[in-house]
Amino acid sequence: MGILIGPNTRVITQGITGQSGLFHTQLSHEYAPRFVGGVTPGKGGTSVVGLPVFNTVLEAKEKTKCNASMIFVPPPFAAEAILEAIDAGVELIVCITEGIPVLDMVPVKKSLERSKSRLIGPNCPGIIAPGECKIGIMPGHVHKKGKIGILSKSGTLTYEAVGQTTAAGLGQSTCIGIGGDPIIGSTFVDLLGYFEEDPQTEGIIVIGEIGGDAEIKAARFIRDNVKKPVCGFIAGQTAPPGKRMGHAGAIVSGGKGTAAEKMAALEEAGVAVAKSPADIAQTLIKHMQKRKA
Amino acid sequence: MNIHEYQAKKLFRDNEIKVPEGYLAQSGIEAEFAFRRLKQKVAVCKAQIHAGGRGKAGGVKLVKSPEECRKVAEAMIGTTLVTHQTGKEGKKVHQVYIEAGSDIEKEYYLALFLDRETASIAIIFSTQGGVDIEEVAEKTPEKIIKVNVDPTVGLKNFHAGIISFKMGLIKSEADALAVLLKRLYKMFIKHDFSMLEINPLIVTKTGELMPLDGKMNFDDNALFRQKEIEILRDLKEEDEREVESSKYGLSYIGLEGNIGCLVNGAGLAMATMDIIKFYGGRPANFLDVGGGATEEMVTNAFRIILQDKAVKGIFVNIFGGIMKCDIIARGICNAAKQLGLNVPLVVRLEGTNVNEGKEILEKSGLNIMAAANMADGAEKITKAIQK
Repeated sequence: MGILIGPNTRVITQGITGQSGLFHTQLSHEYAPRFVGGVTPGKGGTSVVGLPVFNTVLEAKEKTKCNASMIFVPPPFAAEAILEAIDAGVELIVCITEGIPVLDMVPVKKSLERSKSRLIGPNCPGIIAPGECKIGIMPGHVHKKGKIGILSKSGTLTYEAVGQTTAAGLGQSTCIGIGGDPIIGSTFVDLLGYFEEDPQTEGIIVIGEIGGDAEIKAARFIRDNVKKPVCGFIAGQTAPPGKRMGHAGAIVSGGKGTAAEKMAALEEAGVAVAKSPADIAQTLIKHMQKRKA
Repeated sequence: MNIHEYQAKKLFRDNEIKVPEGYLAQSGIEAEFAFRRLKQKVAVCKAQIHAGGRGKAGGVKLVKSPEECRKVAEAMIGTTLVTHQTGKEGKKVHQVYIEAGSDIEKEYYLALFLDRETASIAIIFSTQGGVDIEEVAEKTPEKIIKVNVDPTVGLKNFHAGIISFKMGLIKSEADALAVLLKRLYKMFIKHDFSMLEINPLIVTKTGELMPLDGKMNFDDNALFRQKEIEILRDLKEEDEREVESSKYGLSYIGLEGNIGCLVNGAGLAMATMDIIKFYGGRPANFLDVGGGATEEMVTNAFRIILQDKAVKGIFVNIFGGIMKCDIIARGICNAAKQLGLNVPLVVRLEGTNVNEGKEILEKSGLNIMAAANMADGAEKITKAIQK
């Protein structure tokens, strides 16, 4: 069983009739048939790729008993789509949309705190439990069911870590892309505990990047709460300060949020830090062997 | 997105926040006219560039007559200012702002910014204005206060109260701060700011609070609904290649090395720069072609990389998820043919349609070094440019 998702997950797609929404619903559903419907206001009553379309999330939830939603709504309306899913009581909300105005996410974060919903993203590749359920845009075929949990701020860099752990024969328990925006639904700290408690997960990979202090907080959390071996990597060791590196959150400002600072904090917490992004899986394997010895 | 000081001052005025009178000038004559228009004995001639630290670099000067104002402006316009925020290449001054001199009693510091840790707007105030705030935070942290505003409550008088009492402001200043904060907070939300810094916020001899400078930064993601802010964008202040690449949906940042990088995804793009450095090379740029790049985008990406004359070799690092490797491969072939590629090229392809992609590259007859993985690619390109 994966973390947060598994064979019993029932997913709807908000924005299912849009180009990307439809494409990725299809791919995810082919990977593991966990999708039960979709939402596009005004298109209720129709169906796409064999899935019923509803006008509202509330209606979709009543009719399909969905417990998860994948959001592909365009940036101007995405925050409201998240709020609608929270209001309908959807347990897991995965927002893929990139480019949501930050101030729109402020009330969303407050609303989440008062709800039972968990939000992954926005601006993330999604979540996958290999072989069981895929909610997102990651390429399913590079994954392999196994024992490594992966938590990452980045998309393609996560695939890199997935590829390495698959090649090394370790496979993955669950991979979660938390997103590269300044305000996200779930941080490393919010999710690390699930991996620590998950019986399938034997080792954890945390992939961070410059900007903010989520990795510093993660380091503190790992030091105090995580007994499983953890390997870390921080992207942007060579990034100049003051420049936003693609992700809205990836910026070193006022000397804070540098890769060096984050790597040091992780090392202090007993995390094996990979210096090169090509060595993530090998660093973890060595760390796991050392722990066993 | 950043804007100029003169634009920030206008935005303050539009939002009922009083600032000193001032006029923009693009020549010495205009500056002289601006001085006369102010009808003041003293004015300040301020270089308009998107960077702080102008004062120390000679970009802010007191002038006491129309003639002096003209001379100072003439000398300033066209020069390149190097401040601690511009980088060593500096920024060219195209225009100056002529502002009425102010009677300064005290200098404070005030900033509003989107605080990612608390997911709310935070206010920072200090009685030590006019200096580098990071220095104040380090040396006299007791002179700085930070207050977070709960978005469900909004800004209330008590927020200003917390600041005023803690910082020991006198009643008139406290009252003025409460009014000012309300207007700033409203403006911050109305225009999707990500940061608003006033340094210094002055107290005049008549007891008024007034922003003497304004550094404004807006959320790029929100520009679609901030048309009146978007038009304030000054492309001259931005890196030409960054502007050009954004037109094609590419995210590019020029660096100082000589190995050009073309990568999909921001995290992998940063990691690619890192691994080049790891193998002793120096990346020439950050370039993310995004998740859904077309052949044309890849060709444009190559063109932008090759415009950098320092580039001695190129490393393409693709882990295709949504992005199909055959599309990237075709884009590379097109670019090489169109642009006459004459530097070493190392390509690492992985992910969706990887075999088709590799085949296209092999059959192209181009001089491309294939890399088995990221490390192999970084090593190959680093060695190739040493030859």
